[in-house]
Parts: sequence; C-alpha cells; structure tokens
Amino acid sequence: MWQELSGKIVLEWLGFSGRFGDAVHFFLYDTIKIWFLLLSIIFAVSFLRTWFNTEKVRAYLAGKREFTGNILAAVFGIITPFCTCSAIPLFLGFLQARIPIGVTFSFLISAPLNNEIAIAMLFGLFGWKITAIYIGFGLFVAILGGWIIGRFNVEKYVLITVPPLSGDLELPTYKPAFTERVNEAWSNTRDIFRKIYLWVMVGVGVGAWFHGYVPAEFIATYAGGDAWYTVPVAVLMGIPMYSSAAGVMPLVEVLTQKGMLLGSALSFMMAVTALSLPEAIILKQILHIRLIALFFAIITVGIMGIGFIFNTIL
Amino acid sequence: MKIEILGTGCAKCNELEMKVKQAVAQSGKFVQIEKVSDLQKIMGYGVMSTPGLVIDGKVVSTGKVLSVDEIISMMG
Repeated sequence: MWQELSGKIVLEWLGFSGRFGDAVHFFLYDTIKIWFLLLSIIFAVSFLRTWFNTEKVRAYLAGKREFTGNILAAVFGIITPFCTCSAIPLFLGFLQARIPIGVTFSFLISAPLNNEIAIAMLFGLFGWKITAIYIGFGLFVAILGGWIIGRFNVEKYVLITVPPLSGDLELPTYKPAFTERVNEAWSNTRDIFRKIYLWVMVGVGVGAWFHGYVPAEFIATYAGGDAWYTVPVAVLMGIPMYSSAAGVMPLVEVLTQKGMLLGSALSFMMAVTALSLPEAIILKQILHIRLIALFFAIITVGIMGIGFIFNTIL
Repeated sequence: MKIEILGTGCAKCNELEMKVKQAVAQSGKFVQIEKVSDLQKIMGYGVMSTPGLVIDGKVVSTGKVLSVDEIISMMG
C-alpha cells in the first residue's frame, strides 16, 4: 500500500522518472517504512523490557548448572536491555553471584547481538524469516561460544577479585504501574530513534544510489560471488561499525538484492552487532587481553561458520 | 531520609540526580542526597544496571531515569 503511494508521490506528483525517479522512490519508500518499523518494534521491545532487568536475570541465573545456564543466559540476552557502558558492572555482578564465567559470556554475546535496533532493522528490511534465522544462529553462537570459553579455565584472567554477595540477592522493590511502563517504553523509544534516524536516512540514501546507479555485475564482482574470502572480509569490515548498525543494514539489503550472498550478509550483520571494539576496550579494564582475544576469536569463528554454511546451502 | 543515586557517571545518572533534586525540592522534606560513583559500593548494593536509586538503604529502582512524580511516590 505504502509502496504504491510513495511511487505515486515520486513518479506522478513530483514527476521524477528514469533512474533518478527510481532512486528517489526507493529512498522515500524505505526511509518511511524503516522509521515506522523502528518506532513500533523498539517500542514493543522496550515495553516488554520494563518487566525484566539485569538484576532479576542474575537472581534467576545464580545457581543454574553450566549448560542450562548458557542457554538461559543467551535467551535472556534478547529481552534484557544492555548497553556497552554497563558491560563492567554486569560482568562483575554476575561473578559476584558466582555465575560461571562461560554463562556470563553467553549473556555478553547474546545481548548486543540481539539488540532492538538490529532486530527492527532486520525485520523491516529482510522479513521475519531472515530475522528468525539471525536470532536463532545468534543464540547458537552465544550458547556455544560461552560454553567453550567456560572450558578454558579463564578465571585467572579476571584482573580484580570479586567478593561474593553477602546475604541474599536483593531486587529493586518498586513496581511501576501500567501507564508508567508505557511512558518509560515511549521515552526509551524516542531516545533511541533520535540517535539513529539520521543514520537510517544516510544508509537508505547510499542504498538508493546503489539501487539506481550501481550495476549488479559490479557488486557481484566485489561483494558477491562465492569466493572463499568474502565471508572473512565481511566480518572484518563489520567490526568497526557497531554504532552505526542502523545505517549499515539498508546497504546490506541492497547488496543482497544485487547479488551479495546471504551468508556473507548475515556474517557481516552479526559482526557489526556482536564484535564491538568499544566493548572490548571497556572490558580491558577488568579482563586480561588474552581473555578478550579468546572472546573475540570464538565469536569470529562462529559467525564466519554461519556465513560459510549459508553461502553453501542457499 | 537519605537518598543515594548509584552511577558511574553516565548521562542517565546525571539526569536521575537532577530529577531527584527536583523531587526533593517539591516534596519539601528534609532529605540527604548522596551520589555514589564507587563501583565496589554500587556492587555492594547488588546493582548492575545504573543509574540505581537507593532510599534509606533499600534499592528501589535500577537502570532507568525516573520521573519526578515517581520519585516522590517512592519517597512515601
């Protein structure tokens, strides 16, 4: 419906035509569509999250056995709010409750990977199937990655000693009313949207230009194809782009339409969200560089594996 | 009454501190406000997501900026 309307606005009312008209139509259609989806999905996720917080998750994970703990931690990573700035208190808090280090890492991999912006963008651009595949394999990497880290005796690489909690875990006592939850979700949605709406426009703009002007053969040669190196290159390129996931994903959409393989695209998007340099730098204050390197290496191998599998079977 | 704001200096922590000051001024009560930025102390309260709000030694809220009205209702 919106596609026809935006086509009408650009091609009939404004009288653009040809390649330029195509690009403008694409830009208008995609920007508005993604803004709408971002607002609604981020609101829905923020609203659900008012029932969860990291303290509750910790109380629930404390005392769980390792493998079960990895699974639960990864799943909770989807619904708990997480920002890179809280990585240290979170890490120490989990250790304080004597949650195994591997389980903590399962959470630390899953939480940024399954952030609300990435989910909203994926859903808007690629539909629910790809979103489900992304979340499913994201969980898989988080569970397995955390579990493997747990096998490596890495406790000695935590640079500060964390005394166990004295007494029971205390949970925040205040229970917000329904309207307060709605307000909180809305203000959170507004904050996030304000940070990323420009990125979406830039990403869609460059995408629209690609869409209208760059021939498919060009992309197939440089980003597509099934050469073995496309997946590692996609992952490497994704690492420095953490803060601009909203701008990068519209580009990936256009690249896949023009011949980039879906596995390379998935690897790239997971690298953007899961491998964050700022997070590594923050964690370096409390973790030995070897542990951070292991953490990054395991995620990298995991998402590259996913890319290869998808490029081969699809 | 004593209100503590737990936070390591993030933007949201400063926002919460401002709201608390407004709430206290509006309530007209005599309240001691303290900002806690020492990570060990914050961990001691069992709080991981900052900003946290502690009233008379009890953690009432974590990880969000509360409105002035909410803070007043928490002060009881």
